[in-house]
Amino acid sequence: MVENRPIMTFITHLVLVLGVAMIALPIWITLVAASHDEIRMLQAPIPMLPGTHFIDNLKQTLWGAGLSGDQTPVWRMLFNSLAMAMMISVGKIAISLISAFAIVYFKFPFRMGFFWMIFITLMLPVEVRILPTFEVVANLGMLNSYWGLSIPLIASATATFMFRQVFLTIPDEMLESARIDGAGPMRFFWDILLPLSRTNIAALFVILFIYGWNQYLWPLLITTDTDMTTIVMSIKQMLESAEQSPQWNIIMMTAFLAMLPPILVVVGMQKLFVQGLTETDK
Amino acid sequence: MVDIKLENLTKSYGDVEVLHHIEGDISDGEFIVIVGPSGCGKSTLLRMVAGLETVTSGEISIAGRVVNNLEPADRDIAMVFQNYALYPHMTVRENMAYGLKIRKIPKDEITRRVNEVADILEIREYLDRRPRQLSGGQRQRVAMGRAIVREPSVFLFDEPLSNLDAKLRVQMRLEIRKLQKRLGVTSIYVTHDQVEAMTLGDRLMVLNGGYVEQFGTPLELYERPASLFVAGFIGSPSMNFIPADVVDGGATLGIGVKLKTGSTASGKVTLGMRPEHMVLDKSGTIKIKVDMLEQLGANTLVHGALQGTDTSFVISLDGIQAAEIGAVLSFSAPIDALHLFDAETGIRLDG
Repeated sequence: MVENRPIMTFITHLVLVLGVAMIALPIWITLVAASHDEIRMLQAPIPMLPGTHFIDNLKQTLWGAGLSGDQTPVWRMLFNSLAMAMMISVGKIAISLISAFAIVYFKFPFRMGFFWMIFITLMLPVEVRILPTFEVVANLGMLNSYWGLSIPLIASATATFMFRQVFLTIPDEMLESARIDGAGPMRFFWDILLPLSRTNIAALFVILFIYGWNQYLWPLLITTDTDMTTIVMSIKQMLESAEQSPQWNIIMMTAFLAMLPPILVVVGMQKLFVQGLTETDK
Repeated sequence: MVDIKLENLTKSYGDVEVLHHIEGDISDGEFIVIVGPSGCGKSTLLRMVAGLETVTSGEISIAGRVVNNLEPADRDIAMVFQNYALYPHMTVRENMAYGLKIRKIPKDEITRRVNEVADILEIREYLDRRPRQLSGGQRQRVAMGRAIVREPSVFLFDEPLSNLDAKLRVQMRLEIRKLQKRLGVTSIYVTHDQVEAMTLGDRLMVLNGGYVEQFGTPLELYERPASLFVAGFIGSPSMNFIPADVVDGGATLGIGVKLKTGSTASGKVTLGMRPEHMVLDKSGTIKIKVDMLEQLGANTLVHGALQGTDTSFVISLDGIQAAEIGAVLSFSAPIDALHLFDAETGIRLDG
């Protein structure tokens, strides 16, 4: 639909601007709050313009003892979150690629049976199987470790299913041509399949990274050691930890730091991400 | 000596047999075209030779070696696919070099061979482009190039020209023919296009419903088609068929017209006459009621029906001819232009 009336242009822009403002305002407040000192943040009304303490707060948050002294510094939490998110996304992608490869390109007994078994796990997210999974992880001695944080979240039906669909769109002649060229199965996987699913892998990586980064319940359960705290958990803990009034400047700085990596990933991989979700031409 | 032997070859999918007892000897350097309507099993046969389909029974041997259970890569073949199957993420050069790289051929040898083949096919300036930046005809060349650099002992072509436009198809057809003669590599080529088959092949194998109808040179197929199917399939426009009775070397058409056949056969037959062999003749016994004329310039196709019947009939006359729609024209056919087929089995009668 193409509208040329000025009043319509005005209204559409107004709606868009309002929408952007609604989304941007909380982020703006986060940024502003992260740039004032502690005292200013406890006075009403809350500031709407940036202050001068951004760098101080950043230093204190990242390297200093965060809040009241006994906390892990935030850089450590960022690192924990990053490690967990990376392990989850890389692990999920690797496992899904291999299982989709097996299901699409190999004939073995109960092939479809296995496919449906993987598919059914869609109905069993961590939240549903949390007790047995915790039991297994605890018995394997993986509490308070990166493995414990990531492995239970790695198996993924969605990603397997997605790669299966991607592989099914690759013409059979590609495989036949590779066979005539003398490429074995793994060679075909590395040289042909992986490069052809590059954009899909990137798109999935973005989604999975954010999924991993935003994990809250699972890390909360299996980490007791403050050294293993992830940043998403820590924001909540900061709010309730101290008897004293919350240090909003530090909390907001932490929130800001927690938002940053997913944004960087999305911005950095935007082009591939869109291609991966929309491109059908192989 | 790279000869290919197909011995009693059968292919079944489950209980359904799709290829029945295929026999054929292909000698070194020969260009064989497998031709037939879609669904006749011609691609399956080619893919069996390539090793992409398993053999249910029978034997395929290449250069005296039975290859039934060898992987495609070990059969010393190269194949050109209908949709080219170029690797989209590799440049033309990488596409061509991929098979050689896997074979661990030294780098400078690969470069030399790729450049050499690129020169033959005149694709040198595209070497660093990706397939999607090329036109259909260029991709076709690259696909051929990829087959040639491998220096295989057999080329397999699976309808390689069917995605090209008509003009390019004619041009590529000639090029493939020249290239094959120059390289002298035994080749098998699958197509459904009988003109392509006639012009390319040293010999044609006509497949129909999984059976070999005839295996011979293009002219043998044209002059002495072994069955009704081959007669109708080879030649354009296709042969006219009329049911007839043969008594004492004379055929009686359904409408009481008599023709001399010069054949010893007798009984119920199907009489075949090629459109281009009919002669306009005032005293001719074959009377055609004209329905439509197709003026092609070089010749004129007269579409009509045999007078007094619904049997449609096509005649090709040289040059530009005029006739009224609805007019009745008389034709005669030379004795040696008549083909007789058994009315029941469709097999060619006479010696």
